[in-house]
Formats: sequence, C-alpha cells, structure tokens
Amino acid sequence: MSTQLTNRALPVDRKPMTFVESLYLWNILKGMGVTLSHFFRKKVTYNFPEQKRPFSKVFRGLHVLNRDEEGRENCTACGLCAVACPAEAITMEAAERLPGEEHLYREEKYAAKYEINMLRCIFCGLCEEACPKDAIYLSETFAPANYGRKGFIYPKEELLIPHPINEKEAYDKAVGDRKIKNNKTN
Amino acid sequence: MYLLTIDLWMLLGKAILIVAIIGLSFFIAMYTTYAERKVAAFMQDRLGPNRAGPFGILQPLADGGKLFFKEEIIPLTSNKFLFLLGPALAMITALVTSSVIPWAAPFQMGNGTVIPMQVADVDMGILIVFAIVSIGVYGIMIGGWASNNKFSLLAAIRGASQMISYELPMGLALIAVLLMTGSLKMSAIVGYQMEHGWNIIYQPLGFIIFFVCALAECNRTPFDLAEAENELNFGYHQEYSSMKLGFYLFAEYINMFISSAVMATIYLGGYDIPFVNEASWGLSPFWMSFISFGVLMAKISFFLFVFLWIRWTIPRFRYDQLMNLGWKKLVPLALVNMLITAAVILYLNK
Repeated sequence: MSTQLTNRALPVDRKPMTFVESLYLWNILKGMGVTLSHFFRKKVTYNFPEQKRPFSKVFRGLHVLNRDEEGRENCTACGLCAVACPAEAITMEAAERLPGEEHLYREEKYAAKYEINMLRCIFCGLCEEACPKDAIYLSETFAPANYGRKGFIYPKEELLIPHPINEKEAYDKAVGDRKIKNNKTN
Repeated sequence: MYLLTIDLWMLLGKAILIVAIIGLSFFIAMYTTYAERKVAAFMQDRLGPNRAGPFGILQPLADGGKLFFKEEIIPLTSNKFLFLLGPALAMITALVTSSVIPWAAPFQMGNGTVIPMQVADVDMGILIVFAIVSIGVYGIMIGGWASNNKFSLLAAIRGASQMISYELPMGLALIAVLLMTGSLKMSAIVGYQMEHGWNIIYQPLGFIIFFVCALAECNRTPFDLAEAENELNFGYHQEYSSMKLGFYLFAEYINMFISSAVMATIYLGGYDIPFVNEASWGLSPFWMSFISFGVLMAKISFFLFVFLWIRWTIPRFRYDQLMNLGWKKLVPLALVNMLITAAVILYLNK
C-alpha cells in the first residue's frame, strides 16, 4: 500500500468497454439528461445596460467629489489624495477663492482643476482614506466604456456631485442609499 | 399544337410547390441557426442572442446581412472553378433531397382537383435521397481540395471517408424498413405507417442506427470531424469567406432539416397524426392537408431540437473511435437487425 495524502483519491476503472458500453448510447443519454436539466434552469445572466448587477455597499467605483449641504465644494486642493494614490491617477491645480465665491467653495483654497484618469486608477480607495475634508469618495458605479483614451480622463465637472439644493433630485440619486459623509463642523 | 401532353396547371402547381419548399427550407435553416444559439446558451445557463428584435428573432437576418457584406476572398493558389463549385454543390444537394418528401396529405382544390404535396412521387423515392446524399460528399471534398490548404484537405478527406462509411449502416437500417413496407415510394411508406402504425415501433434499433448515421451524414457533433473548429481551423471551409462560407454553413442546416424530414417520414409516420383516426373527424381535405403539414413540421422540429441537444451535450469523436463505431458496431448491428426483420417477415408470411 502506498501512502495517500488525502482520502479523496478514487481508483480509476480501466476495464475495457463492453459491447453495450462501446455503443456509447446509455452514457450519451445520461449526458443529455444533464444538459436538459440545465436547459430549464434559472439563467445567471444580467441583461447589462438595462439590468445592473447589485453591488455591495462598500463597492469602490467611480469617484465623486463631494459638496456640503449648502452646495459648496469640500475640496481644498491639499493634494493628499494625489500623494496617496498608488497609481498616480489624480492631477490637480489649486486656486485661491476670490471674494464673492464663498457660496461656491467652502474654504479659501479650492481645486481649479481636478482630473482622475480612470485608466490608471485601480479603485483602491486610498484617496478616500487620505482626504481630511471628506471631499472625495468612491461611488457604486463603474466607469462606462468609451471610444478613446481621452474619454477616460474625468474632469472636475464630471466628478462633482450635483448641487444638493439646486439639483435636488440628481443629488439624491447620486447619493443613493449611501450615507453621505458630510463634514458639518469644518 | 401539343407536342407534349403535359398539364400546364400541374407544372404550375409543381413550380409553386418547389418554390414554397425551397423558401421553407431556407426559412427553417435560418431559424435553426437561431435555435442553435439559443439552445446552446440555455444549456450553458446563458440567455443567448436577445438584442436584434424581440428575443433576438432578427439575429439570423443580421448574421446573413453580415455574411453578404463581407469581402469575398478567393485564394490565388486555389482552383477557381472548383472553389466556386464546392459551396454551390453543397447547397444544391442539400435542397434537391426535399423533392421526394411528402409534405402533407394531398391538397384538394374547390373543383375537386387533387394536388399531391410532394414534388416528385417517384417509385424509387428513398433511393433518390441516398443518391443525392452521396453526391453531397463532393461539396465538401471539392471545397476542401480546391482551397489548396493542408487543413482543408485533411478535413475534406476525413469528412468524405466518414460520410461514405456511415452511408452503409444507414442503408442497411433502411433495408429492414423496406422489407416491411415493400415499397421505395415515400408516399407508400407513409401510407403503410398510417395503416399499420409507425415504423419506429417495429424498428427501434433500425431507427437508432439511422439517426446516428444521419448525424454523421449532416456532419453534426459528435461526428463533425470535417469541421473540427479547434483542430483543423474549421476544416474544409477554412478558406471560404462571405456568402460562399454562408452557403456551406446554410447547407448544413438545410441538410439537418431535410434529414429530419426523411426520418420523420420513414420512422415517425410522416404527416400521420398519431393516436387518432383523422378520417372520422369529417374535416374537408383542404384543412386536413394543413393540419397534416403542421404535424410533420412538429415532428421535424422535435428532430431538429434533438440534433441541437446532442451537439451541446457531447464532444467530438476521435477519428479511430468514429471508424470503430461505424464499421465494427453499426454495420454488424444493422446487418443483424436486417436479418431478424427478414426472418420474422418470412415466418409471418409463411
């Protein structure tokens, strides 16, 4: 007796086929039974564009730039997300808030340019963790297909969440059932 | 001036019937490709084509349109005449077989004229099927050879030897049926079954042999060695493109349709409605021919489904297994079946 690593090994039957076996009929009929049972089984396919697979609550999809409850952008262009990003997908340029722009930006500094290259992004969520202002989070949608590389570089306008007061419906839809992490006390 | 005493109306009727049957063959073949993809998908827990039209029913049209618009390529080293002859021959042989099949009970017009729903009710009906099926080998052989390509040639030789080997048990299985019915006429075979019950009851073994050989003749899995997508790069039609490829692919489905019709006619009673005596319904012959046509189509659809079902269940035979099965198993079984049938008939008629 040779030693066995597991008890799952089964001896292989190497007897030559009998005449009836060599007609293959019975085994083929058994196989056809298997395929027929699959024929009536529930299908696992999602009809993608119309029907979407439900994602988990913690799914890390496309990024969203957050606004506070008055609709001001949270981002202060500190650059921590870009530093944290292992794929170097985030590019930003800072600008100073001018008088009269207080309703647009929450703090004195804001991101004049904020781009994420979705082809570089690995959706790790480190930017979300690095952000001290809760200005960026990853949503439950994923980047749709595009015709060119340029289309995958998302500018700030595409990343920003809709205005919570002016575009209430779109905002609610974007937030979904995800609890929004608005930093209420600066 | 009448040189020939041919009834022009009969000619017209036949012409209409021919066009209708060819149209029907194309239509069925089209939707068998659709059914093939749907059945494949369902058996693999998928949904299959569902984008073109509701449930994807326009998919075959889209596929056909695509084939028409593809570039036609004729390899420089190929024999151009034979290269074009191949797919044409495959298509013609696939279509011609349908001429001897009785499609429905005879159609009676208002003025009492009876039109048989059969293009040619010739005395040697079933022999014509066999003759044409064996010409079908040339479609594959010529196509593969004219391509001037090693893989195509190999596949064509495989296909030819397979089809020739499987014609033998097919014919032997059929002889047992002919011993019982006593006629080669397709209409007589159907008539016999209407009287005495279906041939499949008396000839179950013969039916199985015939069915297996029909799979081989149509180059369907598990006998699709002539195509062998993954070993021979699509085999004999590898060099073909555009609608010439379409002809080959289409001829396969028409072959399936026609061989289903032949099997339904020989073993399942053709257009006979089972378990009932339709004469007692008192329906007019006009409607009876429609109903009987529907019954035949139902039987054909069942066979087509089994064809697809088998394809998506079992893998391809190895070449030696194929030859073993053909020559060492099916031929002896068919011979035994034939001898037993002959002995029983001799005993009963004594």
